[in-house]
Amino acid sequence: MLKHTPLNATHRELGAKMVDFGGWDMPVNYGSQIEEHHTVRSGCGLFDVSHMLPLDIKGANVRAFLRRLVANNVDKLQVSGKALYSCMLNEAGGVIDDLIIYFMDESWFRLVVNAGTAEKDLAWMEKMNADWGMGLTLTPRRDLAMIAIQGPDATRVLNEALPGVDQITANLKPFNAAAMGEMFIARTGYTGEDGFEVMVLAKSAPFFWKALMEAGGKPIGLGARDTLRLEAGMNLYGQDMDETTSPLESGLAWTVDLRTERDFIGRKALEASEVTKQLAGLLLLDKGVLRGHQKVHTKNGDGEITSGTFSPTMQQSIALARIPLGIAPGEEVEVEIRDKKLKAKVVKYPFVRNGKVLTA
Amino acid sequence: MNIPADLKYTPSHEWVRVEADGTLTVGITHHAQDLLGDMVFIENPAAGRTLAKGEECAVVESVKAASDVYAPVAGEVIAANGEVESSPEAVNKDAYSAWMFKLKPANAGDVAELLDAAAYQKLVESEAH
Repeated sequence: MLKHTPLNATHRELGAKMVDFGGWDMPVNYGSQIEEHHTVRSGCGLFDVSHMLPLDIKGANVRAFLRRLVANNVDKLQVSGKALYSCMLNEAGGVIDDLIIYFMDESWFRLVVNAGTAEKDLAWMEKMNADWGMGLTLTPRRDLAMIAIQGPDATRVLNEALPGVDQITANLKPFNAAAMGEMFIARTGYTGEDGFEVMVLAKSAPFFWKALMEAGGKPIGLGARDTLRLEAGMNLYGQDMDETTSPLESGLAWTVDLRTERDFIGRKALEASEVTKQLAGLLLLDKGVLRGHQKVHTKNGDGEITSGTFSPTMQQSIALARIPLGIAPGEEVEVEIRDKKLKAKVVKYPFVRNGKVLTA
Repeated sequence: MNIPADLKYTPSHEWVRVEADGTLTVGITHHAQDLLGDMVFIENPAAGRTLAKGEECAVVESVKAASDVYAPVAGEVIAANGEVESSPEAVNKDAYSAWMFKLKPANAGDVAELLDAAAYQKLVESEAH
């Protein structure tokens, strides 16, 4: 039996094509994935991301707990509402999940974790909570729905759908959030565009979604969510990194804080490990489409594509690939696609941000 | 469901039109393009290539996934549609006018083994769950 978000009936009324997405019945598109992609780059798209799990951690020692639990440094969070992206590592330095941590006050942090890893994450956190004698309360918030409102027109759409909210959106900086009762408004997203991720009580979600559509927001499926995040150069858990890969070989070194003395899970393993690979951007020069798991031949040895797609913005195929160190942007590599070896160029990513192509 | 009665079909979702001269025009069905979504890349077999029945001979790729296209019967490729290669979205607009390649069948009688519209419809319905 597939799990349903509070917006399931709404998607069906809108004629969405529904798919089994890691056990959740989710909209992959509402017509054309490419049109939905362009809508987010040029207007405003609405995503149901209620399959992801908000998780409240409350108690006296939350900050101390998170200092040990995650690879990024929660001491970067000093202003209420500030958000931090981090990996949660296992003892071997592999990635259990990537998540966002919102600091609300010293006794309340909110985490948002991936849908497919939510149960595993929660079990891991509860175990650490007990092992370290932290005495914290971890509350999964399945009573909330989460809607992402993304694109250059996102602020206008949200302000129009929810009169009065402009008091918040006008002052909300990127990667910050504000809570008002059970409504939680974060200026975050997974598209490379300006926008918000808004949590509301599940029972309010269909009404809120309709108000956002009335204001001009267009429904966007998970298909376009993937092409948007890949153009934006954002990792996808389970594809670009997992429990067997190091964040240092997944383009996530910037999220691992090794500068302070803080002892966090996985640190010893990371410091003892030898980094031999990097996550690089690829641009296909020949015709075709790059896909996950295709083999990449470089002058320093072989690598593998972790995520690949056709970029609707660039009208060309792009990918993230884990390849040996020492291959620099501008160099050419070969990708095995079926029985052919096609030319690709290593490039810096993100490929696209705020509607503009950054990579040529 | 869009399954024209005057065409033949394969279980792997190709449509086949038997032309007056006995040659076959081949494409992928409306149902196949609907499953795949927005097309972004098509590669056809070269004219002159000889195909066995069921041989992988073309590729269609959508934003979402790549899919092989199979020879509906044995035969020789006599033409490939370059227009769908340069505009793959034509398959989404009208799968039955966006043909991919033309075949001269090795045995004219093989065409009888293909599915008719009713049989193909049944197959699609059985795959729907």
